[in-house]
Amino acid sequence: MKTFAELEAIRKKAQKDVRLRSGSGDVRVVVGMDNCGIEAGARQITIALMDEINKHNLQDVTVTQTECLGACRLEPMLELYEGEKKTTYVKLTPELARQIVTEHLVNGKTLKSQTIGVFER
Amino acid sequence: MELYRSHVLVCGSTGCVSSDSLKIIDLFNKELEKHGLEKEIKVVQTGCFGLCEAGPIVIVYPEGSFYSQVKLDDVPRITEEHLLKGLIVHDLTYKEPGKKEASDSIDDMGFYKKQQRVALRNCGVIDPEILKEYIAYDGYAALAKVLTKMSPEEVVETIKASGLRGRGGGGFPTGLKWEFTSKAEGDVKYVACNADEGDPGAFMDRSVLEGDPHTLVESMTIAAYAVGANYGFVYVRAEYPIAVKRLQIAIDQARENDLLGEDILGSGFSFDMEIREGAGAFVCGEETALIQSIEGRRGMPKVRPPFPANKGIFDKPTLLNNVETFANINQIILKGADWFAGIGTEKSKGTKVFALGGKINNTGLLEIPMGTTLQETIFEVGGGIPNGKAFKAVQTGGPSGGCIPAEHLDTPIDYENLIALGSMMGSGGMIVMDEDNCMVDVARFFLDFTEEESCGKCTPCREGIKRMHELLDKITEGKGKLQDVDKLETLAKTIKKASLCGLGQTAPNPVLSTIRYFRYEYEAHVNEKMCPAGVCQALLQFLVIPEKCKKCGICAAKCPVNCISGVKGKEVYLIDQAKCIKCGACLEACPFDAIKKG
Repeated sequence: MKTFAELEAIRKKAQKDVRLRSGSGDVRVVVGMDNCGIEAGARQITIALMDEINKHNLQDVTVTQTECLGACRLEPMLELYEGEKKTTYVKLTPELARQIVTEHLVNGKTLKSQTIGVFER
Repeated sequence: MELYRSHVLVCGSTGCVSSDSLKIIDLFNKELEKHGLEKEIKVVQTGCFGLCEAGPIVIVYPEGSFYSQVKLDDVPRITEEHLLKGLIVHDLTYKEPGKKEASDSIDDMGFYKKQQRVALRNCGVIDPEILKEYIAYDGYAALAKVLTKMSPEEVVETIKASGLRGRGGGGFPTGLKWEFTSKAEGDVKYVACNADEGDPGAFMDRSVLEGDPHTLVESMTIAAYAVGANYGFVYVRAEYPIAVKRLQIAIDQARENDLLGEDILGSGFSFDMEIREGAGAFVCGEETALIQSIEGRRGMPKVRPPFPANKGIFDKPTLLNNVETFANINQIILKGADWFAGIGTEKSKGTKVFALGGKINNTGLLEIPMGTTLQETIFEVGGGIPNGKAFKAVQTGGPSGGCIPAEHLDTPIDYENLIALGSMMGSGGMIVMDEDNCMVDVARFFLDFTEEESCGKCTPCREGIKRMHELLDKITEGKGKLQDVDKLETLAKTIKKASLCGLGQTAPNPVLSTIRYFRYEYEAHVNEKMCPAGVCQALLQFLVIPEKCKKCGICAAKCPVNCISGVKGKEVYLIDQAKCIKCGACLEACPFDAIKKG
């Protein structure tokens, strides 16, 4: 470190690393991770989500997991919370998970073809 | 850069390390690897979370789940359930005393709700051995502000305006100390930090050093800039090995990154510092004794004036502040003097860290705004007295503080109020006592310590404390007379007035305050030869309650001196008081509660 500007640059980067410790962000992606989810490939979904979120540097998005979401036949699935709003995506693949990040989280467009409504109709 | 979805914070401070938290960290890392989670979840070794009672503590973010008294066997479960599947393991999270259910998040816990963490802001939040984590939480931002935007005079004015007072004991206005040192004449000046935390049971300074050592490096550099010093000393006891190690790591990291040394970040200002380890003598917390010890001499106090601000280490002007005082500086610089002065009472600004111990549910470290009442501190943050016992007194200020009784529990804590009650702030020890504590015995206990720690230089302290101790021995052994209580009082007042340093001037406080608030206990000891709390062995009597005795003979069988007589199944048992050695074995042995202590 040689200058104060350099110190500030390090701070910006370091703050991203510790953001989790102030709790979840406004946007939460919750992956169903009970045995049914794991069996259907939920771990790969999580890994793909995190990789894509990291690529796009989405600092306010928290990835967490939860128990069985109740529709085991539609696993792997996730719930995406934006404040009060909830979108449920089902029957995912790692590729679809990446699309959710780029389409929904980055561009703000719901990936209609994978929402639970389509499959439950 | 790596992105993690969860951080597992494990306390790596002395308390939790003593109950194997380092092994817990290793096991978490192994378990994560086993489940292929090591790239998603990060294990962080932090400083103290404060609730030492519940250690070893593990906190999982982003949920803020607070796992307490974690055992190695719990680690695989937390990994599989919580970290892999996202299910909080409810039977392992902390349940507060008096609450039916465990709290899901640290944010819901009563222990933390009333706290306001300024000095301890980073303890239990960052990894103290990683500079970047400190920087993420505003680390070295105050130093940057001072060196680029403020003159030394402005820094001194800011500290003065904040109203910060010394957190080590005396409560002297910090800003004034800085001003005196900055105006003192001399080409070489020093900044020193008193980390010789001597009060038994107090560990706020240790926690800052272990949990956030860079804060001290940064604030001492700021102080040096303000008073015109280029070198600093941290005097810390060798009994704090983790604190010494982490502070040395912080100093080395700061040097490597141009945050210490010549021309700090191109500002033109130079400052460096070193650690001086003390052997752990209570008197070396006194500033003149501490300075002697840093100079390599025997740690004994000197007459003041001259004050260290004019003639300190190696006779050079020296600014000496305590660790907790320094830990407030960075926030005052960043958030402003008005922010700090807005917390607390009229004459005591900011927050204070207390080490809560004794008969209290939440043993540990807490930081509360000045002006919080003793009641709130002990019963809300501290969680009250265990086992349904009644509160009797709280001793503030370490071994030389006074004992404050229940009728003063509504007192807001500040420097003046505690002194008016015959106690003091000291460094922030807080020992809670319940109905089972004998106040005469408590006073004697604290004199044990101060008698041992008196350096012997001045007669009132060296001889006076010893004489007080002898009188208390006499009283607790049932050999005391009423005049002895008066004699104790006179002696105590003389020692307070005539001693050279703070040790002698405050050592009589436990005696004076217990006589002031619990005189009836002293009188019971000397007049009725009775210890109301049932503590003083010589005054104890074990008696069989005839109505309750089932004539089983278990007590007689347990008695090591065969002083209990009776006939099994036929005759009520009787204890021969002349032969009884008051060991209490019969009381514990009796299955029918037919033996009483009185």
